[in-house]
Amino acid sequence: MRVPPGVAPRDFSDVIKQWQEAVGKDWVFTSDEDTDLYRDSYSPFWHEDVEPVPSAAVAPDTVEQVQAVVKVANTYKIPLWTISTGKNLGYGGAAPLLGGSVVLDLKRMDRILEVNDKNHYALVEPGVSYFDLYRYIREKGLKVWIDPADPGWGSLIGNAVDRGGGRTPMRDHFDAHCGMEVVLANGDIVRTGMGALPGSKTWQQYRYGFGPYVDGIFSQSNFGVITKMGFWLYPEPEAYMTGTVAVPKHDDIIPLVANLAYLMNSGIILGTTTVGSPLNFVRDPALAALRAKPGGASSQELEQYAAEKNLAYWSIELPFYGPKKIVAAQWEYAKSRFSAIAGAKFQDGSTTTFPLPPGAPIQFPASVAMGIPNLAVFGVGSARSEGHIWFSPIIPMTGEAVLEARQVFESAYREMGMQTGPMFFLGPSSNYPRCFLVLFGFPIEHDVDKNRANREHFRRLIQIAAEHGWGEYRTHTAFMDTVMDAYSFNNHALRRFHERIKDTVDPNGILSPGRCGVWPKHLRKASA
Amino acid sequence: MKKGGIFLAVMVCFAFAPKTTSAQERVTSSWTTATVSGQGQPRGYVEYQKFCSACHGEGIGRPGTLALQAKYKGALPALLDKRTDLTPQLIKMYVRNGITVMPTFRKTEISDADLDAIAAYLTRNNKP
Repeated sequence: MRVPPGVAPRDFSDVIKQWQEAVGKDWVFTSDEDTDLYRDSYSPFWHEDVEPVPSAAVAPDTVEQVQAVVKVANTYKIPLWTISTGKNLGYGGAAPLLGGSVVLDLKRMDRILEVNDKNHYALVEPGVSYFDLYRYIREKGLKVWIDPADPGWGSLIGNAVDRGGGRTPMRDHFDAHCGMEVVLANGDIVRTGMGALPGSKTWQQYRYGFGPYVDGIFSQSNFGVITKMGFWLYPEPEAYMTGTVAVPKHDDIIPLVANLAYLMNSGIILGTTTVGSPLNFVRDPALAALRAKPGGASSQELEQYAAEKNLAYWSIELPFYGPKKIVAAQWEYAKSRFSAIAGAKFQDGSTTTFPLPPGAPIQFPASVAMGIPNLAVFGVGSARSEGHIWFSPIIPMTGEAVLEARQVFESAYREMGMQTGPMFFLGPSSNYPRCFLVLFGFPIEHDVDKNRANREHFRRLIQIAAEHGWGEYRTHTAFMDTVMDAYSFNNHALRRFHERIKDTVDPNGILSPGRCGVWPKHLRKASA
Repeated sequence: MKKGGIFLAVMVCFAFAPKTTSAQERVTSSWTTATVSGQGQPRGYVEYQKFCSACHGEGIGRPGTLALQAKYKGALPALLDKRTDLTPQLIKMYVRNGITVMPTFRKTEISDADLDAIAAYLTRNNKP
C-alpha cells in the first residue's frame, strides 16, 4: 500500500479504517490496481518517477460522508486531492499534483437536485456530468439548455470551478453559477449567497446574499470541497442561426475584431466564435511552398494567393440565439456594421428552431453550440493520438493583439525547434467576454525525452506570454506553479494573499496541496 | 510527423469546428435518448449506452468508432456491439487501462458489476 508523504504507515492504516466506516469498504481504494485508475491518462510524465501517483482514493456519496472523510484527514494531516468526474483531461485528469495525495473522488455524488425551467436554473452535485443533466432535461421535457464543455463527460461543477468555458450564451461556466455548498477543511459546511439564509427561496436566483461575496475564492483553489452548486440555464431559444463574415485583406482583422467586440459587448452576439483564416484549411503544395520559403510568406503574397483562389483572408462565423425574427434582425445589423470593411462578404448559415423534432439533423461537434453534449472533440485520428495538454493564454479582443500573438508564438516555436504549421495557433475564440482565448496543443506520447522537451517548451511559452502581458486562464497540474509565478505583481502579492487565506481556512494544508500554485505552509517553497 | 498531423486534425475539430470536418447525425440516435429507450433493456445495454456509445456508437461523430474504422478498415466491425470476437477480459482491460485517447474509467464511474454487464452485452453474440 502506498502512503501519503510525511504520514506514518500505521496512522494511514487507522485513517483507512475510519474512512471505510464512514463511506463503506467498497469505496476506499488502496490497491495499486485501483489507485492506478486515478493516474492522469494524458500525463506528461509517463514512465518517469516524478509522475504524481495517488496513495489511495476515497469516494463519499453524501455531504455527511464528505465531512467525515475531511475530518479524519484533518486529524491525521492527510493530503486530499478533490475531483468531480475526474475527466479534466489535458489539465491533469483525476491525478493529484502532489504525489501520494489521496484522491477525494466525488463522482458518486451525482444527484440532480433541481431543474427549474420557469426561472431557468439547476442545482447539482459534483458527480453530475453534462451528459447526465442533458438526459435528465430531455426525459422531463424541460425547456432549458445546458452549456456543455466540448467533452460532454465533464462535471458541471468541476468544469466551472476550473473556470472552463463553453459556447452558448451561458458559456462562462463560473460566471453562470449561483450559490454553492462547501465543506471546509475542518468539516464545517458553508452555503454561499442566499444559501446562508435558512429556508431561502432564492439560492439559485440571487448570487450575492449579504456581506462579502466569497464564491470566487473556491474556484481554481483549495480552500474547500464544493458539494453542491447552482447554475443558471439558458431558456430554450426559439432559434439558433449562424452567419459568416469573410474579409479579403490581412489587415482587415483589425476592423473585423473591433466590430465583433462591439457586437459582443452590446449583447448582440452572445456565443463563442473563432476568428479563423480559410487559408489554414488549404492543402495546396503551391501555398505550402510559399510558406516554406525563407522568412515565410508575406501578408501581401497570401492576400494575392487568397484572391486568386477566391478565398477570404479571415472569416468568422457568428452565432445568434433567440426569437427567429430577432436573430434574423441581429444578423442584418451585424452585416451592416461589417459592410464598412471593403470587400466584406456574407453568407447566411443555417437556422435551427427548437425544440428539435425527432430525426432532426445535428452537427458534431458543432452541436455543443446548441447545448447538446458529445465527445466528438476526441475525433479524427484518435487511433494514433495518446492524449494532449493545452497551453492556453488569454489575449485582448483586438485584431492587433491577434497579429502580435501569432507573430510572438510563431517566433518562439521556431526558436525552440517546434513545428508550427498553419494551425499551431488555435483560435482566437470568444469563450469568455471581452477577451480571446488561444489554444496551443501539445501531444502526449509515451516517450520520456519528447515529454521532457515538451514540458520545457511549455514552461518557456508561459514565460514568453507573460513577457508580453498574456497569462494562462487555466493549466495542467504540471505547470500550475509556473503559471502562478507569472502573476507576480508587487512581489507575488496575489499568491501571498492566497497563502494567507490558505493558512487560515486550511491550517493543516490537507486540501488539494499545490492546486493553482497555492501550497500549504509546510510545503511552501521560499518565494523569489 | 504523422502523429503531429493527426493531432492537429483533432484540435481543428476542437477549436474551429469547420463545416468540412463536422459530422451529421440524427437527434434520436444514441445517448440523446439512451435512458428513455433503455427501459426494459438488459443492464449491459443500458450501461453501454450510458458510458460507451458517445464514443463507440453508430455515427461519424463518434471518435471510438472512427478509430476502429481506421484500425480495421472493414476487416472487423467498427461498432463494438456488432463484434463477436471480443472477450470479457479484453473489454475490461481496455476500460480499466485505456488506449490511445481513451482514458481509464474508475470504479466510481463504471463499477465492476456494471463492467461485467457491459462485457456480457458485448459478448452476447459470440459463438460458444
